[in-house]
Amino acid sequence: MSYIALSDQDKKEMLDRIGVSSVDELFGCLPDEIKLTRKLVLREAMTEPELIRCFEELSAKNGYIDHLSFLGAGNYRHFIPSVVDSLSSRGEFLTPYTPYQPEVSQGTLQAIFEYQTLICQLTGMDISNASLYDGATAAAEAVLMANRLNGKPKILAARSLHPQYRETIRTYVKNLGVRIEEVAFGDCGGVKTDDLLKHLDKDTSAVLVQSPNFFGAVEELKKFCDLAHGHQALFIVAVAEAASLGVLEAPGAVGADIVCGEAQSFGLAPSFGGPHLGFMACKKEHLRQLPGRIAGQTKDVDGRRGFVLTLSTREQHIRREKATSNICTNQAWCALRATMFLETLGPDGLRDMAVQNIQKADYALGRLTAVRGVKARFSGRVFNEFVLQFPRDVRSVEAGLRAKGIVGGLGLKEFYLELADCALFCVTEVHTKAEVDRLAAALVEVLR
Amino acid sequence: MNREPLIFEVSAKGKKAYRLPKLDVPAKPDVLEGLPVRAGIPDFPEVSEVELVRHFTRLSQQNYCVDIGFYPLGSCTMKYNPKVNERVAGLPGFVGAHPLAPADLVQGNLEVLKLLEDALCEIAGMEAFTLQPSAGAQGELTGMMLVHASHEAAGRPRKVVLIPDSAHGTNPSSAHLCGYTVQEVKSNENGTVDLEDLAKRMTEDVAALMVTNPNTLGVFEYDIRKIADIVHAKGGFLYMDGANMNALTGICRPGDMGVDVIHINLHKTFSTPHGGGGPGSGPVGVKKVFEPFLPVPRVARRDGAFVLDFDRPKSIGRVRSFYGNFLVIVKALAYILTLGPDGVREMAETAVLNANYIRKSLDKDYYLKYTTPTLHECVFSDKIQKENGISNLDIAKRLIDLGVHPPTMSFPLIVHGALMIEPTETESRRDLDQFIEAMKQIAREAKESPEVLKSAPHDSYVRRLDETAAARNPIVKWEKNR
Repeated sequence: MSYIALSDQDKKEMLDRIGVSSVDELFGCLPDEIKLTRKLVLREAMTEPELIRCFEELSAKNGYIDHLSFLGAGNYRHFIPSVVDSLSSRGEFLTPYTPYQPEVSQGTLQAIFEYQTLICQLTGMDISNASLYDGATAAAEAVLMANRLNGKPKILAARSLHPQYRETIRTYVKNLGVRIEEVAFGDCGGVKTDDLLKHLDKDTSAVLVQSPNFFGAVEELKKFCDLAHGHQALFIVAVAEAASLGVLEAPGAVGADIVCGEAQSFGLAPSFGGPHLGFMACKKEHLRQLPGRIAGQTKDVDGRRGFVLTLSTREQHIRREKATSNICTNQAWCALRATMFLETLGPDGLRDMAVQNIQKADYALGRLTAVRGVKARFSGRVFNEFVLQFPRDVRSVEAGLRAKGIVGGLGLKEFYLELADCALFCVTEVHTKAEVDRLAAALVEVLR
Repeated sequence: MNREPLIFEVSAKGKKAYRLPKLDVPAKPDVLEGLPVRAGIPDFPEVSEVELVRHFTRLSQQNYCVDIGFYPLGSCTMKYNPKVNERVAGLPGFVGAHPLAPADLVQGNLEVLKLLEDALCEIAGMEAFTLQPSAGAQGELTGMMLVHASHEAAGRPRKVVLIPDSAHGTNPSSAHLCGYTVQEVKSNENGTVDLEDLAKRMTEDVAALMVTNPNTLGVFEYDIRKIADIVHAKGGFLYMDGANMNALTGICRPGDMGVDVIHINLHKTFSTPHGGGGPGSGPVGVKKVFEPFLPVPRVARRDGAFVLDFDRPKSIGRVRSFYGNFLVIVKALAYILTLGPDGVREMAETAVLNANYIRKSLDKDYYLKYTTPTLHECVFSDKIQKENGISNLDIAKRLIDLGVHPPTMSFPLIVHGALMIEPTETESRRDLDQFIEAMKQIAREAKESPEVLKSAPHDSYVRRLDETAAARNPIVKWEKNR
């Protein structure tokens, strides 16, 4: 079937008015030799019940959801309050376009304005855009923005930055004459200060550090920020686990110039990796170089407050090739969900949730490192993830856990060769004590 | 009408809308010691659940949307978003799956990716698709990177990308972001690519021509094969912006026209909801020769099971994390499976019928700069109304009073005062007629009572907003003591 609302009579009358005898005639403006003379080879149309069954079967082929999982690494399972699903699924939020006509889009625009405010409050920055695709592309956009701001060719990216973020940045800068150098991590799991100093020079456009980093470790942002600024380089902080902002110091408070990252933790399910929510915030003085849409406050002709998309002279539809980014469609609906999530939790809820993550990860780390042969690979303080080192092949450990219905952690061999005997575990507020204990007991048996 | 306050303005200390379980592990009192802990989050809102629900419900009522009515935003393809697609995209195996889960535990999701890749290959006549790009613009960028990688692999990197003057702004921006210099190709009197100008500019320094087909006027590039020949003869590639694929599905296929690389917007052609500005999804389709360069990972089939293939040395790399906007991909697949091969064709046929009905019904009232036949959209301008001092902006704002969303404004740039109308296939005759009647009324008002148009809208939550002031003195967040 198709979602067509015309009757046969409608079609006939419409063709009459146009002055043609058939729909085919309307395609007379196409050369015959490119017209398809056969039917497309697609599955025949499904009715609604058939479609639902088809997708239920596909969904059921994902055995993952029947497992107890400790995967994180840039994609987190957190509690999502019912109001978020209920409100965000309203057609008025789900089915409008980008708010180009502000008079009939005040709901979306005000929500974006609230979102921008919340992101500024959480990151401690002056200005936030309306969203970017995801954390990886937000990091890439941040690198390009730094390069536009000071014109220097070199970016120093922590090796403890999410591997997929680093890959995405490399893809983005490949043809642009921007160079990426990586800064090693030390035994604490965080950026090695010596190595940062070794790489920092007058060509450095920006230093990019993730905190909590890919290993879960909380980085010494203040120190690295001062070092970057001491070399006239910008300091970019990436946050892949936004829930940490509920309790950890805002990157803006240590002097970061750009804060970017992934806010999937705010009301978005794992969803096999998307759609998620890239965010970016910066200092006021860099406003004109910020990529993406921005909502701003103004007044209507009667003097009443209203909101519009603003500062569009930065954007592709006005500036074309001179725009700050090519982004057009962003992740507005995901930002709306994040707004609902944050306003539901409030400062106390966010903090409570974040502290529970720290407490539970700490408990899990204690339980798991008590298992014979298992060690914490790094010494630094963590948020909700940590790296464990195993006395034998990680794959066999993973397989042993799988046999007991447990997935996790994430073997690190394919991301860091030197961590081939390690795996990354994530514990959030949704994991119960019993589940952590089950993991610990399973590990004892697997390693026996 | 009272404006809904900002949430920050109704916040009060100690109010709660959340309930989290008590910590069930032994609490370590000094667990925060040694961590850089923040003092608080100044002015972060605190509200009760009922206030929150009413806040967003009232905000939602200030939005126009496809579920409310006709949304003829040209080149945005605002069609009905089926409810069943939301239902299936909400299934637990899709929503709950972690993207780094072992492949054997997410076979269903990998199959979804493969099913959509295959369906898009057939619909577009291409040989491989990547679903990774997050939206159309990222698809364009990915496409340009593929072109770049291909030229580079052949040892002949090039510097220039040609783009018609009627193109969407993301085209030049995406080419530029890939390191290319952009050159414009002129449109001829039909609104299509000027072949002479193209032939003149098409040198061995040109990496690709980015063409939108049908173009932003809704006009099909009749000479698309000749265009492809001109580009290919000099060793360049033909990139197609597939934003307007809704006019072509089941009728003809870009791959059969000589297109080498194309992006498609799932949130346009395949009806995934636009969510007030995203998420979208911008899959990129290619001919076989580009396949080695596609982003990693690729879904592959080995021994009857789906796997993710990362071992692709020629790949341009990732363009984002994980595999794309997966739930959007699920919804697009659901749309295609519902329509089937006949429905996919009927979709294009009806979209074109509706657009031509509108065009014919309004061509006495509004000026058509290009009288060339059009497909899924038509671009009028305010030229006739300008005689009475009425601009396309006035026309758009008056439409709001009359209960429909305005068309796309002031684009393409080659039509001054443009009103770009795209009805899509899902609209009823009644909705089309109401829109036509509203446009006719406005044409009459432009002559008889232009002041009604200039002061429009009259019946919206807010009236005409001062966009200049917003840009001159940017207020982009709420602050306590402003």
